[in-house]
Amino acid sequence: MSQKNPAADRAPSYLADEHGLRTWLLTTDHKRIAILYLISVTAFFFLGSLAASLVRIELVTPEGDLLSPDGYNRAFTLHGVVMVWFFLIPSIPAVFGNFLIPIMIGARDMAFPKLNLFSWYLLVGGGSFTLYALLAGGVATGWTFYTPLSTMFSNGHVVAVILGVFIVGFSSILTGLNIIVTIHRLRAPGMTWFRMPLFCWSLYATSVILVLATPVLAITLLLVAAEHLFGIGVFDPRLGGDPLLFQHLFWFYSHPAVYIMILPAMGVMSELVTAAAHKRIFGYSFVAYSSLAIAVIGFMVWGHHMFVAGQSMYASMVFSLLSFLVAIPSAIKVYNWTATLYKSNLTIDAHFLYALTFIGLFVIGGITGLFLALLAADVHVHDTYFVVAHFHYIMVGAAVAGFFGGLHFWWPKMTGRMYSQLWGKIAAVMIFCGFNLTFFPQFLLGYLGMPRRYHSYPEDFQFLHVLSSTGAAVLAVGYVMPFFYLLWSLRYGPQAEDDPWDAAGLEWRTSSPPPTHNFLETPIVDFDAYEYPPEATHGRS
Amino acid sequence: MDDEFLRLWPQAASDHAHAIDWLIWSFTGMMAIFVVPVFVLTILFAIRYRKGTRVSRDHRPRGSMKVEMTWIVLPFIGSMIIYLVSARLYYEVKTPPADAMVIQVVAKQWMWKFQHPGGQREINTLHVPVGRPVRLNMISQDVIHSLYFPALRIKQDLLPGRYTALWFSATETGRYEAFCAEYCGTDHSKMLATLIVQSPQEYQRWLSQSGASESLAEQGEVLFRQFGCSGCHGPAAVAKAPTLEGLYGRRVALHDGTSVIADQAYIRDSILLPHKQLVAGYEPIMPSFSNVIDEEGVLRLTAYIQSLGEGEQGEPHADSPRNPPPEETAP
Amino acid sequence: MDVREQYLAEPYQTAAQQREATFLGMWVFLATEIMMFGGLFLVIYYYRLQHPVGVGEAVHHLHSILAAFNSALLLTGSLCMSLMVQASRLGDYRRVQRLLLLTAFFGLAFLAVKGFEYGWEYREGLLPGMGPESPLKEPAARLFMNIYLFATGLHAVHVTLGVTIILGMVVRIHFAHMKLPERAITLEMVGLYWHLIDVIWIVLYPSLYLVGRAV
Repeated sequence: MSQKNPAADRAPSYLADEHGLRTWLLTTDHKRIAILYLISVTAFFFLGSLAASLVRIELVTPEGDLLSPDGYNRAFTLHGVVMVWFFLIPSIPAVFGNFLIPIMIGARDMAFPKLNLFSWYLLVGGGSFTLYALLAGGVATGWTFYTPLSTMFSNGHVVAVILGVFIVGFSSILTGLNIIVTIHRLRAPGMTWFRMPLFCWSLYATSVILVLATPVLAITLLLVAAEHLFGIGVFDPRLGGDPLLFQHLFWFYSHPAVYIMILPAMGVMSELVTAAAHKRIFGYSFVAYSSLAIAVIGFMVWGHHMFVAGQSMYASMVFSLLSFLVAIPSAIKVYNWTATLYKSNLTIDAHFLYALTFIGLFVIGGITGLFLALLAADVHVHDTYFVVAHFHYIMVGAAVAGFFGGLHFWWPKMTGRMYSQLWGKIAAVMIFCGFNLTFFPQFLLGYLGMPRRYHSYPEDFQFLHVLSSTGAAVLAVGYVMPFFYLLWSLRYGPQAEDDPWDAAGLEWRTSSPPPTHNFLETPIVDFDAYEYPPEATHGRS
Repeated sequence: MDDEFLRLWPQAASDHAHAIDWLIWSFTGMMAIFVVPVFVLTILFAIRYRKGTRVSRDHRPRGSMKVEMTWIVLPFIGSMIIYLVSARLYYEVKTPPADAMVIQVVAKQWMWKFQHPGGQREINTLHVPVGRPVRLNMISQDVIHSLYFPALRIKQDLLPGRYTALWFSATETGRYEAFCAEYCGTDHSKMLATLIVQSPQEYQRWLSQSGASESLAEQGEVLFRQFGCSGCHGPAAVAKAPTLEGLYGRRVALHDGTSVIADQAYIRDSILLPHKQLVAGYEPIMPSFSNVIDEEGVLRLTAYIQSLGEGEQGEPHADSPRNPPPEETAP
Repeated sequence: MDVREQYLAEPYQTAAQQREATFLGMWVFLATEIMMFGGLFLVIYYYRLQHPVGVGEAVHHLHSILAAFNSALLLTGSLCMSLMVQASRLGDYRRVQRLLLLTAFFGLAFLAVKGFEYGWEYREGLLPGMGPESPLKEPAARLFMNIYLFATGLHAVHVTLGVTIILGMVVRIHFAHMKLPERAITLEMVGLYWHLIDVIWIVLYPSLYLVGRAV
């Protein structure tokens, strides 16, 4: 497995193939586009984090003395909009999906390379548009744009932000479309569906959601923009319009959107766990099908965001039941990862620590999600910090741990350089500790009754808020550290081998970094995914 | 609102609140059974099977239907039991008892207005008697708000254009905080209220001290004349409008052959969107009052109509379309 | 060797693979369009259930005969499109160009009629915004007119886009930038898109103009 691909050695890597900014901005190579995405989502991540820092600093004191009420409302809106649509949703699918899927299935590129580049431009275009609006005047609607607050009671920049999100929605759709077609039509000879790495399965499921759910968001936001801009009110309660209709349409997208964020991270996890364990995954087909199950059931649970919104009691009961069902496939994955470690041959590298971080945070986030699916309990904790903590455990804790884990795991493949393992491990531990310190107190705050999106709060919540802000500082350091040592490795890191982790999978059979067309000869696949030796001794151990 | 240094668990002021706490703890316990093994085994395996340890790694499993089914079925059964318990609690918290005392709530950016049946009004404070079921009939004047009582473990959104309800029966006297839980704009975090649960005697004293000269229904009667409703619906009216005596709670036949119970929502719609549900046998001639009357006015008018007598709900003969001859409204 | 292989894009090995991928991609794209308009149909039918009287009043004021004529225009355009796809497979440049222009003509005629209809409705005060006093008494009727304007407007944007693409194809063929029948698949994709616009209108027309007209 560690022997080099002799042909690949002779071809220049995709990084060295051409030079100049122009060749990057006009590239159709999926690997270069992935790098472009990596740079832009990192920028958006830091921007969103900046807004989060403002929010956390404001909440150190109960009075609300740092920002004005509207300033605070704008800060959390900026944080939500940027993090959800410009970081989390494109993060893993557009960066690692783009980079790895063609390599993992033995293809030369994505199915529609030009479309791929176009979708990056859409992200950047939509991003700058939104950014301009968010900074020029700011929007204080929250990322959820609930009507009639967003249509009749807010300033004109709402339309600009919505158009930005609309544009970036098309970027997601095109990425999803590209991934679906690539996986369907471009698999190398012998690469059957059940020989694909689980990362491909989870991204396939993600893409199905991207393609089917995003258009509903697009039309919903267009309706809001039309109501705001031209007074063509479709949700206007004065005309008999129903604000709950907006919520149904919005969550029909935005609940599956949570799976858009977490499914790819689960796919990364399957790769990290097997590569660290040097062992085939336990229950391959269960993990594969659970991705599809999440995608399908995930479309039917949106109403659990509306238990106290005024929807029918019986509708709530059905949505609650379905929400319990959607937890089952997630549980399957976690149990299978744990079982994979049994009788493994484990190496503990930085990326494995991120995997552990993922499991820890995802399990807590998932379980607290079930508390929210519990109807009567949700009536109490809905729209409190309990919800905030829950979805941060999933969307930040788990999804970002997946993103960072993937970054550490595939960094040698993407750049051809090794980073410092020690720093990697320190950062992972800091992220785990900082994260729990930030968000665990918020569960208590939520149960105590602290509502979300509060600029000021009663004094007896202060201790927990200070704790949370302290954790946020630790977390911030943990998130910034990889930025430095990874950049450092680009110049000073040692050259990476083709397969530095002794991992199986097609991406490790080409050179690091891969040549422009990934493989000089199309590989013939006559082996299963995760083909590690069946018994203990392995490779160079 | 005690001055504790650090509060980690909210006060509980009703039986429902204790039931929710119990639900949370039992669910936590059950989830621990399913989750703790994951944490323990992950760490155990990570130590035992790290590279280089001399432990048996023979007969590695690739998967097992039996094991998979175990961890699919057991959590499923467990969560279904809890689901049923919580669905029952939810049903209870969503179904106010018929004898509950009704308090009207109107929310607007950024205040809460409460009005008691006797006409007493208060802003951002709500007095209720202990041990008596209270139903809040709520509506928003502008955006969506949400009335949240942490000590009662309940909340409910208030929507523009539609009534929603919240009910509770407080068991402990005291002062409790209430929040707006649905983000509603600039001063969302200032939209607070205080719930004051009093003994029945104190509550009576408070009612008489802040006594309004007129009850809710009497205030409604004033509006009824002021807006000219009596011109068509009154006993001496010449226009052909349905009579309102005994309307409240009765089943009303509509012109399209269906029928509805004349509840608060129906009466509100009939005032603001009069043609949405047209009574059988009448022309759509009533103008909309949506730009004239605010939500509080509608609540008062409704109280007045209710005071005109309540019809029997669900009478056996009520389902047949009732076609009042036009003469019935004329004297 | 298949002549089409000269036109293989980078990631593909065979022409058949590329053809299948192109078709799949297009169908997935059409699915997104259907989901988008699906949201709109949900809104339309939800309000129809909520406000039957108000919606009935609005529907009564719409010019269904004019819209029926418009449907005929669009359908005729689609027929031309189908014939064009057939001709493109045979490599008949002249016929392809003529049929493309004909389709574009029907699309533009549809837009012209639609514009005339908007003008008429505006003068009657049916559309939101300034203008003469609305004859609609029901708030819900005005709500429905808002949805009507939004839905037909969005559809008109799609028609405009379709016409632009068709004219672009005509230009490409004119300057010999497209080889037929090798690149017939491009025209087939344009055809699929045009038919989708058609299908959406076929559902939109009764949903807006016809259902509940008797009320």
